[in-house]
Amino acid sequence: MDKHKIFDRREFVEYLISIGAGSLVTAVLSSGLLNAKTSSIVETRPLNRVKRKYHYGMVIDTRRCVGCRACVLACKAENKTPPGVSYTVVFEEILENRPNDKPVFMTKPCFHCENPSCTDVCPVSATYKREQDGIVVVDYDRCIGCRYCMTACPYSARWFDFGENYPAIEKDTDWSKVPSPEYKQFRKREHEKSPIGNVRKCTFCLHLQDEEGKYNKEEGRWPACAKTCTGKAIHFGDFNDPNSEVSILLRERQYIRLKEELGTSPNVYYLI
Amino acid sequence: MDFINELLHDQNKVSRNLKKLFWIIGTCLFLVGFYGWIVRINDGHIKANYGSIVTWGLWVAAYIYFIGLSAGSFLVSSMVYVFNYKKFERIGKLAVFTALVTLLMALLSIWADLGHMGRAWHVMVYPNFKSPMAWMIYLYSTYMLLLIVEIYFLLRYDLVTSANNKTLKGKIYKLLSLGSKDTSEKSRVRDKKIVKVLATAGVPIAILFHGGVGALFGVVAARPHWHSGLFPILFLLSALVSGGALLTLISSVFQEGWTKNREIVVELGKMVLGLLLLDILFQISEFLIVYRGGIPGHVAGWDLVIKGPYAWVFWGWQGFVGTLIPLFLLTFKTRKSPQWVALAGFLIAAGIFGLRLNIVIPGLAVEEIHGLTSAIYSHRVDPHYFPSISEWMLTFGIVGFGMLLFGLGEFFLPKSYEANSHLSSEVKI
Repeated sequence: MDKHKIFDRREFVEYLISIGAGSLVTAVLSSGLLNAKTSSIVETRPLNRVKRKYHYGMVIDTRRCVGCRACVLACKAENKTPPGVSYTVVFEEILENRPNDKPVFMTKPCFHCENPSCTDVCPVSATYKREQDGIVVVDYDRCIGCRYCMTACPYSARWFDFGENYPAIEKDTDWSKVPSPEYKQFRKREHEKSPIGNVRKCTFCLHLQDEEGKYNKEEGRWPACAKTCTGKAIHFGDFNDPNSEVSILLRERQYIRLKEELGTSPNVYYLI
Repeated sequence: MDFINELLHDQNKVSRNLKKLFWIIGTCLFLVGFYGWIVRINDGHIKANYGSIVTWGLWVAAYIYFIGLSAGSFLVSSMVYVFNYKKFERIGKLAVFTALVTLLMALLSIWADLGHMGRAWHVMVYPNFKSPMAWMIYLYSTYMLLLIVEIYFLLRYDLVTSANNKTLKGKIYKLLSLGSKDTSEKSRVRDKKIVKVLATAGVPIAILFHGGVGALFGVVAARPHWHSGLFPILFLLSALVSGGALLTLISSVFQEGWTKNREIVVELGKMVLGLLLLDILFQISEFLIVYRGGIPGHVAGWDLVIKGPYAWVFWGWQGFVGTLIPLFLLTFKTRKSPQWVALAGFLIAAGIFGLRLNIVIPGLAVEEIHGLTSAIYSHRVDPHYFPSISEWMLTFGIVGFGMLLFGLGEFFLPKSYEANSHLSSEVKI
């Protein structure tokens, strides 16, 4: 019997106690760690998974657009874009058999797609979709000006700043000294300095957002094109808010998005 | 033909004259390039003619052309150093050196095309590996390093044996040999082993980066003209054709020219012919599928190629000069004469540049949204593109730079390749 006895009772009890204590300590420590770990996951995951805070987009009513191009000018005045750079353009399509021979006018800003094809091709991640509101932006200091994103955008919503100026700006006028408020960076376009040599695009006038990232139509903090639209054709708003003008319009009207087949899922809808 | 053969009777003289011509053209182009570079550095992109619609122009086409030449000539050199294809042994080093020079030309072209040349390093530091372009930079860097090391070990023995302190050449060799003095048979065997390892590693890298350039275009779903699974493969094939063709020309002019390299030139001609036919097959396949499919966006790009304002690039340059004439030269009796084969090589190499232009520009010149280019009045919003003078000059400058660099290398680098080929027949690795 004695041969098989590994330890006596006292030793056994002591052993048991030490094991118990050890496991207790381990359990406490590990559960603490685990809690900390899980809580950090719980905290971060919803932020990644949850719908973003704002989901900005536009709904453009092609029936209301009269083709005045005020949006194009308002955008130029707001963002101080040089010739050849036009964050929004109005193009027209003549459809046959339409009453009054009225062409369809379409104003086309950047669509700030859900799956933008431009951001993935950027070799330096200079252009990306913002987490908080889905606006696709360009980091002027990061961008190397390879223009790959311009080839990848199916909607020609990107423009390269070649460094040209309107004649009024070439001369030393007051106008020429006004910097562009884009991204709240107030850059002046100087020789070979960003944004010259960069790819530029519509930002939904995000410099007009407040600190929380909200726009306000009453205070005039609203994308310039939507603010100025004479026919009230450009509706801007937050798709996350079911009571926003844009959400209501999408519920009530027929809409199309351009080039759905590419899977980019634009955030600009056209009412037809 | 007899007349020309008679004219070329004194082959050494012809070869010397060709080399003289090469140096004159190279120097002129290099000097002309200064204008392009000065404009590029002073005025940025203002003097360039591409815009926001055709956003890539001559420089990008030049880039994919040069990088194709590099991949092509490297893959030809790998036939010697990886697959032990003895017939091309004599031009192996020339091929590797060509690969290095054309790689530098490609990098210069794409560097000039960047909006901010000073930020090229961003791709190294902030790479986005979802973008094929970020992969390119890493692959090119690896490839360049590999080429330099491979060239060093290819030439080490020759450099060491010709190094001395008396002549300028000797001093340069001493410098380039990096202090190595070992001339033993053992060290030469080691060199060959290293070269074989490097060349073997280079094959997948060359396929990756040039297939990658094809993918760079192919992944762009927004441009139906590019968005084809054939693209990476078509790029590789065109690379092999242009690289092989260039080597045909080079090996009949340089080193000892067609007097000694006769067999190589003719052999290369055969290879290029095969590859060219395969390349044509692939292009016809693409063409047929696009037109029979008939999707307007796909057809629009090809319509521009074959009946747009620059249809002559396709029919005249790429088709007639770059394909049809060389096909004749390489199939008829002329295929056995190195001069004609060299001419065919030159024409093919020049023709592939037309192919590169026809990839880049028609893909972009199709309006993505109908009516877009008439919505704004600006010469930057115009589907019509012809390179500006400064764009041409800069491209010429890069060609001149490449020619001079190649000429210098060819002049200075040791020519005792015959000793080496003697060794290779004894040593089996």
